[in-house]
Amino acid sequence: MSQHLPEPEFDELYRELILDHYRNPRHKEPLADADVVAEGYNPLCGDEVELRLDFNNGTVTDVSFGGRGCSISQASGSIMSEMVIGKSIANVRKMSEQFNKMMTDPESEPPEELGDLEALQGVAKFPVRVKCATLAWHTLEEGLRQREEGGHEAHVEE
Amino acid sequence: MTIDTKRIREDFPILKRQVHGRPLVYFDNAATSQKPQMVIDALVEYYTTYNANIHRGIHALAEEATGRYEETRQKTADFINAPDASNIVFTRNTTEAINLVMHSWGRKFLHKGDEIVLTTMEHHSNLVPWQMLAQEKGVQLRFIDIDDEGELVRDDIERLIGEKTKLVAVVHMSNGIGTINPVLEIIERAHQHGALILLDGAQSVPHLAVDVQELDCDFLAFSAHKMCGPTGVGVLYARRELLEEMDPFLGGGEMIRRVKLEESTWNDVPWKFEAGTPNIGDVCAFGTTLDYLSAIGMQNVRAHEIEMVQECMRRLASVPGITIYGPESPQHRGGVVSFNLDGVHPHDLGTVLDRNGVAIRAGHHCCQPLMNRLDVVATARASFYLYNELNELDAMIEGIEEAARMFRVPAPTGT
Repeated sequence: MSQHLPEPEFDELYRELILDHYRNPRHKEPLADADVVAEGYNPLCGDEVELRLDFNNGTVTDVSFGGRGCSISQASGSIMSEMVIGKSIANVRKMSEQFNKMMTDPESEPPEELGDLEALQGVAKFPVRVKCATLAWHTLEEGLRQREEGGHEAHVEE
Repeated sequence: MTIDTKRIREDFPILKRQVHGRPLVYFDNAATSQKPQMVIDALVEYYTTYNANIHRGIHALAEEATGRYEETRQKTADFINAPDASNIVFTRNTTEAINLVMHSWGRKFLHKGDEIVLTTMEHHSNLVPWQMLAQEKGVQLRFIDIDDEGELVRDDIERLIGEKTKLVAVVHMSNGIGTINPVLEIIERAHQHGALILLDGAQSVPHLAVDVQELDCDFLAFSAHKMCGPTGVGVLYARRELLEEMDPFLGGGEMIRRVKLEESTWNDVPWKFEAGTPNIGDVCAFGTTLDYLSAIGMQNVRAHEIEMVQECMRRLASVPGITIYGPESPQHRGGVVSFNLDGVHPHDLGTVLDRNGVAIRAGHHCCQPLMNRLDVVATARASFYLYNELNELDAMIEGIEEAARMFRVPAPTGT
């Protein structure tokens, strides 16, 4: 395969961890009776995702992430789901901020606490795919906003 | 006779370039086509030898530029067999040509309760303008559906085009799935009921011989950049009587006859619709484009694309997990093959193919209602033109197989 993929950035885009999350997405089964249901949509490619969140005392207790999208958007959502469960909302907001920074500034050093999300760092070098990676996180932010407003349904467009 | 692609490829300098270290395979012709050297030269010639504003100047350059600009109008009329050069209005692109009809004809002549018949396979550019008109005027939109093969449902054509129909606006050849629609039948039906017909020819005019008199169509819109011409030039063909009775589109210079402080009178058609300095250089170069395509012959372009499509579909069918959308018969399909690979999103497929030097389009192709109808979010689309060769399909098929290996869940061993 390597002679077909001569450029290192290509391997950086499709890291094995990303392919693994794409093939075996975590937390895909939709949560029943979730506190918040947020939908994300990328009009550029038509991708649609659905994020469900449960909370308890300012902490994200459970998450599901599903929908239709490319390997980058699905892996990003899968990794995000693993990372935010059990975290405080303040903490999740901080992660989201750091992740967005990593996506928009390819030169920035990823903070250590991003864990597996670091695998998505290479995406920043593919500007057309950045929105695929950020879709899940923007949907998450919308979900958090919606929780504050006490609503139930939210919709975000990239 | 079919065409000599080896010789034709020599005319297109971009085809010599490498992408990611591999020879470029350009299969994104439905988005835009590449340009032959003679068209690039014609643009340079305009700016280096006769650049001037047209119609008003009295000097030699202005006269020359006006001559070349108006000569292209005549060549455009000849290319689609329009009765006269005055049937041709230059716009920026197909989208603007359709919007012109919506503003200048639709807003003047359509009223609450009138109906416009469209199809579910329209490009957004032949859908959104009519939605805007519907909102403004209370006009109803009706949609001819497609069947599972991506062809228009004949019963819908009969059922939906009726006494209330004032306009049937339909894509001649689908950019999303390649279907060539039975426009003769649709036009006949529309005219029986006194409705006008607008053909979105963005995909058909570059790839098929289109004769507006034989079709008897009222409006036809297309773009130069999809047919080896420069970007920034669109064409609206319309019957003379319609252009005469339509209101102007934009107001300003060139479209007027006489201007007073409180009111003005309009220029003759087609200039009534060409306010302001037009895209002179690109229109002049488009004249060269039409010479180029005419010399090759649109029948030959079509025959070559049928061959490309046939082979592409045959090769794709041999890859496990491929779904091809649109008509099975290459006779019913332009040079477009839209498909999906099971378990692989078209964007990922597009990225892998790009790394193999193969340019395809991945997405909804500005046809979201069509994608909904096919129950997909997106497709991968290979679209061909006169310079593509059968052996270029090898790189695409290789890339597809590679993507399947990368993204699919590996089959359990022993099966």
